[in-house]
Order: sequence, then structure tokens, then C-alpha cells
Amino acid sequence: MLAFILRRLLQSIAVLLTVGVVAFSLFRYVGDPINAMVGQDTSMEERETLREKLGLNDPAPLQFLNFIVNAAQGKFGLSYRTSEPVGRLILERVPATLELSFCAAVFALFVGVPMGVYTGLYPRHWSSRLFQAVSLIGISLPTFLIGILLILVFAVWLRLLPSFGRGETVQIGWWTTNFLTWSGLKALILPSITLGLFQLTLLMRLVRSEMLEVMRTEYIKFARARGLTNRAINFGHALKNTLVPVITVTGLQLGALIAFAIVTETVFAWPGVGQLFIQSVQFSDIPVMAAYLLLIGLLFVLINLTVDLLYFVVDPRLRSQGGSARVAGH
Amino acid sequence: MASQTNNPPLLEVKNLRVEFPTRRGTLLAVDDVSFDIAPGEVLGVVGESGAGKSLTGNAIIGLLEPPGRIAGGEIRLEGRRIDNLPYEEMRKIRGARIGAIFQDPLTSLNPLYSVGRQLVETIQTHLPLSAAEARTRALDLLKEVGIPGAESRIDHYPHQFSGGMRQRVVIALALCAGPRLIVADEPTTALDVSIQAQIIALLKRLCREHGTAVMLVTHDMGVIAETADRVAVMYAGRIAEIGPVRDVVKHAKHPYTKGLMGSIPSLGVRTERLTQIDGAMPRLTEIPTGCAFNPRCTERGQRCLVERPDLMAAGTSRAACWLHDRGGVGAPIVKEMVDA
Ligand SMILES: Nc1ncnc2c1ncn2[C@@H]1O[C@H](COP(=O)(O)OP(=O)(O)OP(=O)(O)O)[C@@H](O)[C@H]1O
Ligand code: SF4
Ligand SMILES: [Mg+2]
Repeated sequence: MLAFILRRLLQSIAVLLTVGVVAFSLFRYVGDPINAMVGQDTSMEERETLREKLGLNDPAPLQFLNFIVNAAQGKFGLSYRTSEPVGRLILERVPATLELSFCAAVFALFVGVPMGVYTGLYPRHWSSRLFQAVSLIGISLPTFLIGILLILVFAVWLRLLPSFGRGETVQIGWWTTNFLTWSGLKALILPSITLGLFQLTLLMRLVRSEMLEVMRTEYIKFARARGLTNRAINFGHALKNTLVPVITVTGLQLGALIAFAIVTETVFAWPGVGQLFIQSVQFSDIPVMAAYLLLIGLLFVLINLTVDLLYFVVDPRLRSQGGSARVAGH
Repeated sequence: MASQTNNPPLLEVKNLRVEFPTRRGTLLAVDDVSFDIAPGEVLGVVGESGAGKSLTGNAIIGLLEPPGRIAGGEIRLEGRRIDNLPYEEMRKIRGARIGAIFQDPLTSLNPLYSVGRQLVETIQTHLPLSAAEARTRALDLLKEVGIPGAESRIDHYPHQFSGGMRQRVVIALALCAGPRLIVADEPTTALDVSIQAQIIALLKRLCREHGTAVMLVTHDMGVIAETADRVAVMYAGRIAEIGPVRDVVKHAKHPYTKGLMGSIPSLGVRTERLTQIDGAMPRLTEIPTGCAFNPRCTERGQRCLVERPDLMAAGTSRAACWLHDRGGVGAPIVKEMVDA
């Protein structure tokens, strides 16, 4: 098992380095960083000294090394757009995105999984068919449209919820949170639903099909033959056996939530890193884009590691006597 | 031998019918099946694939898979009718009064729970024991079914056991709440031939010790000959012959059974492969009128084509065949284009 984790760690580092190469290439080869930093009237000599000082004349591998070492310390240079340190710029906006993604994930999990269980257990019931039909809509409607529809209904017509921004936030250290004020909580509702709806329908359909499959297995039939209660069979035996794919998808989708928060943040003017990224693209603000890429890469890797560890918790076949080597091989 | 008639039957199946509604009409898969099992008795059930053996067993444990359903007849356990019980009532009987063992030990156990947990959970579902008491009982059962080092194995997961060991665990699970009857549907078919005899011997010994009756469905005539007190031969959803095992094996009364017993079966030989009878069992949709076996029967007469025989006394057994009726099979059938 230790070997397995070590291998996964190495893989993660490899993935991060690859993302690093992409980010670095953006930095180095898309546009001229010097041009972006200095004014029109700077002389060629001044530019050359700056180039030398910034290490831009060093061989590429050395520059890459510097880039990675700096990145690891959160140093991404200054934003071309605002001239603020990129690290701080991003850090300011991380809480907004993480809180939004967290709420969306909780919404997707706590509504999607029970709905999946229900529709999987009673596939013929009319309400299951209704859920299925509605979930098709959820899967096929684009996020921005869902967001706009929600705004139309709940903000414009019913005037119940705000349509943009985070509302009031409370500062805790460098973290700003929505969770401690009434307006902050209200502001979270529509964006979370918008962002989580796709994941919710995905999870529901996944759990449903996994449930249907598990309910047909011999061990469920045998569990019935042993006279176990429906509760024990449905939630103890069946649901647990659907967990491995659910964990995988939840993990992947959590990454996707953070990455795709871009659209939701734009629709709801949510001051998160996604919105920052869109602004940086408009201004060709390369340092911010590079940092954003690395951040998303890091999150994906961390989530995947967590997912791998959760497998061990759920499935004894992976845990036991040297089983790790055998199973990890597939 | 516990097949004497002075014991009141543990299980009574009377005129059981199981049907499947399909688009092209209703299929009658089990047709008017009646038999008893006495306390502690082992009833072997044999017959070609599709004869209705599993459906009969599933009807008894109340686990017919929809759209299959009991369309008629009744099933009584210890005198109490169980075929029309609500799900929750029947659930309390399953595992507690009637245990079941299925074909495939590899897939009968939940891979995510230790065998101990699955045992304790079953025991506590049916018996008022504390967790510690249930665990002790689970441990005793594992020892009883011959799991070496049960103390350390109890917390192992199914994948850490071999097929034979898993089937032993399954047997422990079926027995853990002390049922009076076990329905074992081809309990060794999925196992290695070398282990089959051990598992059957174990099942037989445990059931004798606990006084548990068994309905043993198998293709293996050797197993039947060695294990069963009585045997029921099924054909196309009906019982063709039923009687004490020695009589059925040595002095078969039904032409179908004679065909099955045609070659002396040795352990491990399956009926499918030793069927000496020409032709195949008819599909449910094309069961002939009269005796269902008549297209393959060498002893048939005119009566067999029109009148369906019910089980009737034939020596010590009962057989569904006009040969044993005073009226006989009727006029001989002239062979015409039969050998085409
Ligand atoms: N869901 C179903 N729908 C329609 N017919 C079915 C269904 N399940 C079983 N049958 C039919 O019922 C008949 C009896 O099936 P059963 O499983 O009892 O046979 P069996 O004697 O156990 O055979 P085997 O030795 O292969 O296990 C078969 O002819 C089968 O085609
Ligand atoms: S009733 Fe007739 S056809 Fe059927 S088994 Fe007996 S002799 Fe053969
Ligand atoms: Mg069967």
C-alpha cells in the first residue's frame, strides 16, 4: 500500500511538472514579458538590462527551474494588468471560488446521491421516471442558461435572492467567508445551484445505474435469502458497493467544479479566481493565467490523491496483503 | 432415513404454479407441482436445464424474480401458509426458518464486508443476541463448517478465501440462525470437481447434526444417490417421478427417469451429459398436449398424445406416466415418418 501511495505521489509530481511546462511556455513564449512590463519610451539598453536582471537570457531549462522554484513559493511575479503580485491577487479570490465550489458539491452530493438511490431502487415508479426526465434537461442545458433562468425567476420575478456578487463577507485572517452573514449565505444559493446542477444529475444517473446493477448481483439476492432488512440491504450492502465509482466521479467532478466555476462566476459576477482568469485572458495577463493553470493543476492532483486514498478505505480488496500491487496494476 | 410418513411434513408444496406474463401470453414455468419434505429429510431435485427446479426453490423462499409470480397452489412451512405472506413477514422467515444456498460462492458474499460481519449481521437480524454473543456464535459456525484458523479468519474478506472456503462460509451463513429447511440450488456446480464432494459431505453432515431438512437441486446423480433420502425428477415444469432415492435410481418408473439413469452415474457426472434420450425438453411455449414427454418417449401410446398423466402410485414411488395406470398408454402409435 505504501508503494502504491509513493507511486501515486510520483505520478502527481510528474503531472504538476507537465502543467508547469505549459504554464512556463505561456510565460516565456506567448508575447514578450518585457514589452508588457515597460512603457513605450524605454530604451533598448534599459530593456536589455531588465532582461538580464529578470534572467530572461538564461538557458531555458535554468529559467524553467527558476520558474518552478518561484512557483512553489507562490511567487508568480506581477500582474501585467494591475501590477499587483499575482500570488496575492489569486489568494484574495481563492476563498470565493472554493466556497462556491464546496456548496455546489455538497448540493450535488446530498441531493444527487439520494435521488440516484431512490430511482435505482424503484426504477418503475412514476417519480423515478420524472427524476430521470428532469435530469436529462439538467444534463443538456448549458450552465450559463441555467444561471440566467434562475436569475430571471428568483432575482427578477420573485425578488427573493441576489443575482450577483458575494453579498457581505467576513474576514478571517486572509480568508473571506460567505458563511457568517445572512446576505452572504443568500448570495451563495443561486450560483451553487447553477454550478452544482450538472454534477447533481451526473451523480444521480451514475448512482442509479450502479444501484440497478448491484441490485441484480448474487450477493444482494443472497442477502435477501438471509432475511436481512431492506434498509440493511439497500443502504448497507447495495449503496456501499456503488461507492467506488461515486467517489471517482465526485473527485473528478470536484476538480471540474472549480475549473468550470469560470462560467458561473461570470454569470453571477462572483469575485472568484474564474472571473479573474477571464479578465486576465482579455488583457493577456500571462502571469495570472500561468498561476491559475498551476493552481487548477495542483487542485486536480490533490483531489485525485484523496480519491485514491478513499478507495482503500472503501474496498478491502485493495487493502489486504500485497493486494495493492496486484490491483494497482490494472 | 427420515422419510417415514408418520412425521408431519415440514414443508408442503401443493399444486404450485409459477408463471411469467410475457407479451405473447403467459408462460407456465412450474405447472402443478406438489411434494412434501419431512423434518430432517434431504429431497434431491433433478432434471434438465429449464425444468423449473430453481423457480420451485425460489418460490419456496419467496424470492421469485418479477415478473415471475406464484399463480396457484400453496406452500406451507410447519403447517403455516407462507406463499401469500407480506414481504416483511416472509423476510423474517427467510434466514431464520428457511435458509438458502446458491450456485456461486464467489458472488454470494458481499465483497466489501468481512465474513464475520456478514455472519453477525445475519445472526442479529434473527436472534436476540448481543454483538459479542453473535460473534461467538459466528466463530463457532466457522469452526463447524471447517474453516481452519477461524479466530483469525473471521475478520477476513471474501476475496481472501478460496472458492471452497467461501462456499463453507455461505453454508455457515445459511445455517447461522438455525433454519429448519435449506434450499440448496446447485451448491457445488461452480466449484472445482475435487472440492464438490467435500462440500456436499459437509452440508449433509451439518444438516443431519442440526436436524435441518434440505431441498437439494443438482445435476449430479452421484450426489443425489449419496445424499438424498428421496428424489424428485422434474420435466418441463412438472414432477415426472418422485420416490425414495434407491428405488428411483435403481428401479425408475418413468421412462424419462429410466433414460436419466440409463448409464450408471458416477460422482461428478452431470445429467446433461449422460442424457441418453433423443431430442430435447420442449420449450415452455411448445409443450405438447398429453404427456409432455411423449415426443421423446419410446413407450408412448395413443393415450399419451391426448391425456396428461398426473403423479400416480408406481411401486414405492409415484410417477406421472400412463404405464402405471390401469388403463395403460392406449393403442400403439404406428411409426411413419419418425425416422426421417
Ligand atoms: N424471467 C423469466 N422470464 C421468462 N421465462 C423464464 C424466466 N426465468 C425463468 N424462465 C423459464 O422458466 C423455466 C424454468 O427455469 P428454472 O430456472 O427453474 O430452470 P432450472 O430447472 O433451474 O434449470 P437450470 O438447471 O438451468 O438451473 C425455464 O424454461 C426458463 O426459460
Ligand atoms: S405417459 Fe406415455 S408418453 Fe408419457 S412417459 Fe408415460 S409412456 Fe411415455
Ligand atoms: Mg436452476
